Amino acid sequence: MGHEKLTESFLELIRRASTTLPPDVEKAMTQAIELEGEGAGAASSLALMLENAKQASEGSTPICQDTGALLFFVDYGPDYRQKDVEEAAKAATAAATEKYYLRPNAVDSVTGKNSGNNLGATFPYFHFEQRDEPGLLVRLMLKGGGSENVGAQYKLPDGNLKAGRDLDGVRRCVIDAVYNAQGKGCAPGTVGIGIGGDRGTSFLCSKEQLLRDLGDTNPDGQLAELETQLFEELNQLGIGPSGFGGKTTVLGVKIGKLHRLPACFFVSVSYVCWAYRKAAMTVEGGEVTYD
Amino acid sequence: MIKIQLPVSAEKIRELKAGDEVAITGVMITGRDTAHKYLVETAGEDVKELLKDSMIYHCGPVVKKEGEKYSFVAAGPTTSIREEPYEADVIEKYEVRGVIGKGGMGASTLEACGKFGSVYLSAVGGLATILARSVVEVIDVHKLDEWGAPEAMWVIRVVDFPAVVTMDSHGKSIHDDIAAQSKANYDRLVSGD
Repeated sequence: MGHEKLTESFLELIRRASTTLPPDVEKAMTQAIELEGEGAGAASSLALMLENAKQASEGSTPICQDTGALLFFVDYGPDYRQKDVEEAAKAATAAATEKYYLRPNAVDSVTGKNSGNNLGATFPYFHFEQRDEPGLLVRLMLKGGGSENVGAQYKLPDGNLKAGRDLDGVRRCVIDAVYNAQGKGCAPGTVGIGIGGDRGTSFLCSKEQLLRDLGDTNPDGQLAELETQLFEELNQLGIGPSGFGGKTTVLGVKIGKLHRLPACFFVSVSYVCWAYRKAAMTVEGGEVTYD
Repeated sequence: MIKIQLPVSAEKIRELKAGDEVAITGVMITGRDTAHKYLVETAGEDVKELLKDSMIYHCGPVVKKEGEKYSFVAAGPTTSIREEPYEADVIEKYEVRGVIGKGGMGASTLEACGKFGSVYLSAVGGLATILARSVVEVIDVHKLDEWGAPEAMWVIRVVDFPAVVTMDSHGKSIHDDIAAQSKANYDRLVSGD
């Protein structure tokens, strides 16, 4: 696919990510409204959030004004070059900013100057994986700053949390992170957890978990069990939608693991707000499909 | 639903209680991280009169420009706690009657609300499209070129902007209440060895 068509496809991917709530998230929120029960403040907050998402989708305006950092996860076949894909994605990012699908969010950390078009050092961020099959699979996440600020990384053992180097230790870290987040990350959030790795890869692993479908089951039996347990326990915290109290504090818990150094045991927690913006596109030959 | 018309007096603000749902109409100003630092470190002459008896909205909007005219496309609240080191000073120095954001603020802001007659109001985080529709006019903007669109101080006219008082001028904070309740649950979940 040529540069122009690929750029257009990326622009559509960004538009969808920014303005449409993914179906699995909408489903989880609808279930949460039922759980909270009619008349509850938490249920009406959730209903307002869904109404906002509906209006955003109808008008092609961002669900949330913090359109976040763009994280592209690209699987590419032998018919594509990283550099070409990057160039198309960057051109689409600047175009999406001009179309108000994105807020200009790239700020120089020293001068404070906003680049104005979302391009800058690691803006957007790319993670490339080469594959044998031709074509492209691009998964995009827009990760807002409020939710990013409540992420946390732990180093086990942690005496204060009585957290040892085992899955119960991981459980304690996650509960601690979500408790500390309160309503600051726009609850109900979804929690991605990376166990192991070094500090950098551990956080990346936690973010990659957020690309999973909310309804999937972890192929690792022990992690699947911990995901279910944490989902129940985190929802007992009582923080609720917007942090105003309620039974719905998280919409999902997703855990991944990496190998680690003998000396290190990191647990990284990435939190994404209810306005969980992710979208994917598949390019095969000249055909583009979105989901 | 209590209607609040800006500008508003400290007396009127003191009538509000945590939990009250309000609809705000009038002229207010957006301000977040860069603005709060600026307001505390300088005399803030350009916005001083606008802030008096008005409200400051923690918001970095998506703004559309058509010709010379601006409008808000998406404008939900940003996380307020980042402004905690500055907010009490801003409330005192500029006689601000309300701070609107999300997630709540801390002890020094709560104290300033009581001392100077102000409230903290929560808007629902992520309600960007709905809240942008209650911003009927962008009147002016300060520091746009210098700080960029998210950080600039936008002077806006709102009609029936929906919010809930979550910290009042009588020392009550719903955020503290929820934090205390969830702490008890937290302790139960991580207790035991």
